[in-house]
Amino acid sequence: MPEPATLVEKILARAAGRARVRPGELITVKVDLAYAHDSSGPRRWRPMLEALGTGLWDPEKVVLVSDHYVPAVDAESAEILKGVRAFVRDYGVGRFFDMEGIGHLVLPDHGLIQPGMVIAGGDSHTPMAGAFGTYAAGYGATDMAAIAATGETWLAAPRTLRVELEGELQPGVAAKDVMLSLCKRLGLDNAFAAVEYAGSVVARMSMPERMVLCNMAAELGAESGVVAPDAVTFAYLAERGRPVADEAAALALASDPGAEFAAVHRIDVSRLAPQIAAPHAPSNTDDVSAFEGVVIDQAYIGACVGAKIEDLRMAAEVLRGRRVAPGVRLLVAPASTRTTELASREGVLTTLLAAGAHLLPSGCGACAGYGAGVLAPGEVCISSTNRNFRGRMGAADAQVYLGSPYAVAAAAAAGRIVDPRAYLSAGRAAA
Amino acid sequence: MSEPAQGGRAFVFGDDIDTDLLAPGAYMKSSPDELASHCLEALDPDFARTVRPGDVVVGGRNFGLGSSREQAAVSLVRLGVSAVLAASFARIFWRNAMNLGLPALTLEPADLARIGQGDRLAVAAEAGEVRNLTRGEVYATAPVPPHLMAMIRDGGLIPHLKRRFASAAKEPRAPASGVAA
Repeated sequence: MPEPATLVEKILARAAGRARVRPGELITVKVDLAYAHDSSGPRRWRPMLEALGTGLWDPEKVVLVSDHYVPAVDAESAEILKGVRAFVRDYGVGRFFDMEGIGHLVLPDHGLIQPGMVIAGGDSHTPMAGAFGTYAAGYGATDMAAIAATGETWLAAPRTLRVELEGELQPGVAAKDVMLSLCKRLGLDNAFAAVEYAGSVVARMSMPERMVLCNMAAELGAESGVVAPDAVTFAYLAERGRPVADEAAALALASDPGAEFAAVHRIDVSRLAPQIAAPHAPSNTDDVSAFEGVVIDQAYIGACVGAKIEDLRMAAEVLRGRRVAPGVRLLVAPASTRTTELASREGVLTTLLAAGAHLLPSGCGACAGYGAGVLAPGEVCISSTNRNFRGRMGAADAQVYLGSPYAVAAAAAAGRIVDPRAYLSAGRAAA
Repeated sequence: MSEPAQGGRAFVFGDDIDTDLLAPGAYMKSSPDELASHCLEALDPDFARTVRPGDVVVGGRNFGLGSSREQAAVSLVRLGVSAVLAASFARIFWRNAMNLGLPALTLEPADLARIGQGDRLAVAAEAGEVRNLTRGEVYATAPVPPHLMAMIRDGGLIPHLKRRFASAAKEPRAPASGVAA
């Protein structure tokens, strides 16, 4: 009987060619998939690969995405995007998604994230892919260039923090609210840890909700967030034409009974209220009631974590038959072009536009302070994104509050932060 | 690794210095030097102008949290910062700094608290100690894995890999990177 191991330990042991790994052990792992974007990728990789005098270790395992400087707004951003296209051509990159949306959503949407993989991404929100039962971690440009050249990297095997979610989320409360409350509870400095999400709430969650949990493992400071693969995972990938080849092997990745976790947090989410993170940290979180009445200038629905079709549906549910408050601007940047298309087909887009929303291009946009929708000094924004560090969305003294798409849409309608539950169908009679 | 005999001056910042403070998004399209000129300006508008080669940035807990943008570490290197000392580091920033040959060293919070703005610090990454010349004190740093120390000696990951590639060409079975060799 082999010694019990956690999900992450099993993935890493396979990739390191070892029987097992233990937290803190220094290992070299083979990477199954490496991806990067226009900001972190080619413009930094090319000079390093040239210095090394080498190409890509396996062009079929390298994916590039242009999602940060899209579409170009000036000569500098146009040059960056042009450079990515040239790199793809020169280095024979197997897959390139040019202005199709945010990589963290586009890759899984093409079925490229498969259980058990070790994934290296040139972006801190790479852990979003952990929703599929992968070890997915973010790296800076030099690490990524080295991975692109060699197909491997070193790491200290992380300890696993297990978060077990039980009970039932109430209407108007989303996976995003769970993560904001976890940021407060666990803090932002869980370096060299992986967060494994489990429990009956996670088992019932859709893949997009699991992606929210894993995405914001980055905010916890963890190197990866992870959910054990199950029938929900398999169905999602099968729908995208890339069924899991060996489901039994994927199921066997689950943490063994008796596996050792650095900590186990059991949380009943049944009484969780909508959460808001106040400036300037995702951990600066409290129930929405603590911030009710904060007047806003802008409401922003965007980013990998907060502008998937499911997020746009949440916003539309709140805004159906309502208008954005006078003096407030609601900006919606769907996470991918496919998201926009779906939203258009379903009528979600019509609802949002009828409410007065401005539709922005698909990409990282204002979340990282790169694209349309950045803030002037002193302005107040509520955002469905994942970070609100000082200056991230524009001026250093802009005030950014984080919330779920429900909370952002409700604030847009009210002109101030409100409890979104009163704006949903069940609460409409009372509102 | 420069280690000026007279030490570098300490620039002391607090906990949670994030990558948006180190490399503000608005300047991410700009040249590395332009971007570096805005490093930490939201906390200290004079930092980029007054920091000199060999100086040391001192943080608290979770230094470098946030984005994977390597420019956060690149900017410190461009400004001549010789080391970053903190109670803990965010993983990606820590790797980025080391990969660029910038020692990111962990100290006990009690020792960090003794470092004052402008103190003269002599950082000896290899020896695992920081000498505070102003106060006549010595602080121990948490040990750095040997393979990382070798990488820093080579000037960072790319020069290190270059050496590895060169020796791999002579001994075909040697691994190209990683901790095994």
